[in-house]
Amino acid sequence: MNLPISLTVNGVRRDIELADPRVTLLDLLREHLQLTGTKKGCDRGQCGACTVLVNGRRINSCMALAVSHDGADVLTIEGVARGDELHPVQAAFIAHDGFQCGFCTPGQIMSAIGLIHEGQAGDDPERVREGMSGNLCRCGAYAGITDAVLDAQKSLDAQKSLAQSDQRRSA
Amino acid sequence: MKNFDYVRPTTISDAIAAAAEPGAAYLAAGTNLLDLMKGGVTRPNRLVDVTRLPGLDRIEPLADGGVRIGALVRNADLAHDPDFAKSYPAVAEALLSGASAQLRNAATAGGNLLQRTRCAYFHDVASACNKREPGAGCDARDGENRLHAVLGWSEACIATHPSDFCVPLVALDAVVEIEGRTGRREVALEAFHRLPGDTPERENLLEPGDLIVALRLPGEARRFSAHARYLKVRERTSYAFAVVSAAAALRIEAGTIREARLALGGVAAKPWRARPAEEILTGSRPSPAAFRAAANAALADAKPSGDNRFKIELAQRIIVRALTSAAAGTPQRIAALPASPFSSLSGALHDA
Repeated sequence: MNLPISLTVNGVRRDIELADPRVTLLDLLREHLQLTGTKKGCDRGQCGACTVLVNGRRINSCMALAVSHDGADVLTIEGVARGDELHPVQAAFIAHDGFQCGFCTPGQIMSAIGLIHEGQAGDDPERVREGMSGNLCRCGAYAGITDAVLDAQKSLDAQKSLAQSDQRRSA
Repeated sequence: MKNFDYVRPTTISDAIAAAAEPGAAYLAAGTNLLDLMKGGVTRPNRLVDVTRLPGLDRIEPLADGGVRIGALVRNADLAHDPDFAKSYPAVAEALLSGASAQLRNAATAGGNLLQRTRCAYFHDVASACNKREPGAGCDARDGENRLHAVLGWSEACIATHPSDFCVPLVALDAVVEIEGRTGRREVALEAFHRLPGDTPERENLLEPGDLIVALRLPGEARRFSAHARYLKVRERTSYAFAVVSAAAALRIEAGTIREARLALGGVAAKPWRARPAEEILTGSRPSPAAFRAAANAALADAKPSGDNRFKIELAQRIIVRALTSAAAGTPQRIAALPASPFSSLSGALHDA
């Protein structure tokens, strides 16, 4: 059975014919669209390496059937930088040594972007750790990850208030 | 994973017709179902995708002051809905203590009720499991069973229901709305899940084709909002299922408990309402002695099903702790570590 779906992936519309309904969103990204930044760790929703944003929300792409997400807007790690300019969360992970081997990092960064967007953690490191508990790091870079998320949140907040004051000036 | 037909109906009646066929299963977020399918534990021939059904993703206030939660409302959306969290704080806390942020963004209210047990022998297709294969036997009985049931279990099955969400819901008299081949009906959540008996494969009252369309909380459930907690002991602080958990909700007037609700998670094949404990609490003044008496009553019929005698005392202690915390008052904001006993909130007794 051929299942046609269309997705917007990192701002680009992709029309895809699925030959098999079993394809997960993760396998679609990696095997069909060659977007291998999103990692397959456990493939069972336990490690968070496959985290992407779907319609702006972070989910485990290994636990999502691609066919069920027909029409969705997907953001992966490949889509967060602007050309050579890193996303503030990417820059913060480098500044704070938020990784060692790097395998979990795309998922950590996508999860952190989702967390900051959800706006529940604020500047409380305990809430950041709790909000990031769906992303495991075998290298144990958790201290750096927490610092990176807190720092990225601060710089994103600063960017936002700068943009707002620019808007007020031009108004 | 076994292959399957995929259908995506756009009306509830088409969904019911498609799912009434033998071997069919409903798919919502799939956060539990896909995991089971990947492991070969569940092998449906057909998935009926309900995510496009209209009208099931709303949180609606009811005329009696209660709330109707559409079956497709995502866990995170419900937990962070300001009115809902204020009115039913123990339910919001239970939701936020479950799974991870990624899973809570996907998992649905209806799907939560239909989660399968986390018993390792159910998940391991090489093991004997009466739930997975009726009549096969139960390898958990003589296996690693320290996390298994202490209430309501049978020789055929000692598995527990893994939900957090269902625990405060059953305490607050939630109702399940079901649409099926013979029309719409509703059942109390307390009666929805079945104890294993000789048929552990039958986990709830659903018949082929039956679709959960909504959950309702009655208006009276809001009366507990000032004194409600959910506490959950886990083997790690976050992103783990309950070893035991308790939802406690009190209505206190002039220093006396006028009404009490108590339910336990992680102890049985269903969320466990502790009515004998509620009776003891009603009319008492909040005190350690009253809470201990309630805890003893709640576990009076408990017996270990294996290496899990400790869960009986643990459940009693978590009940005392949850009641103490509820009596002290619902926190203004959910703790950084939702439902965690390792939190220094007022009212917490670290030696309970």
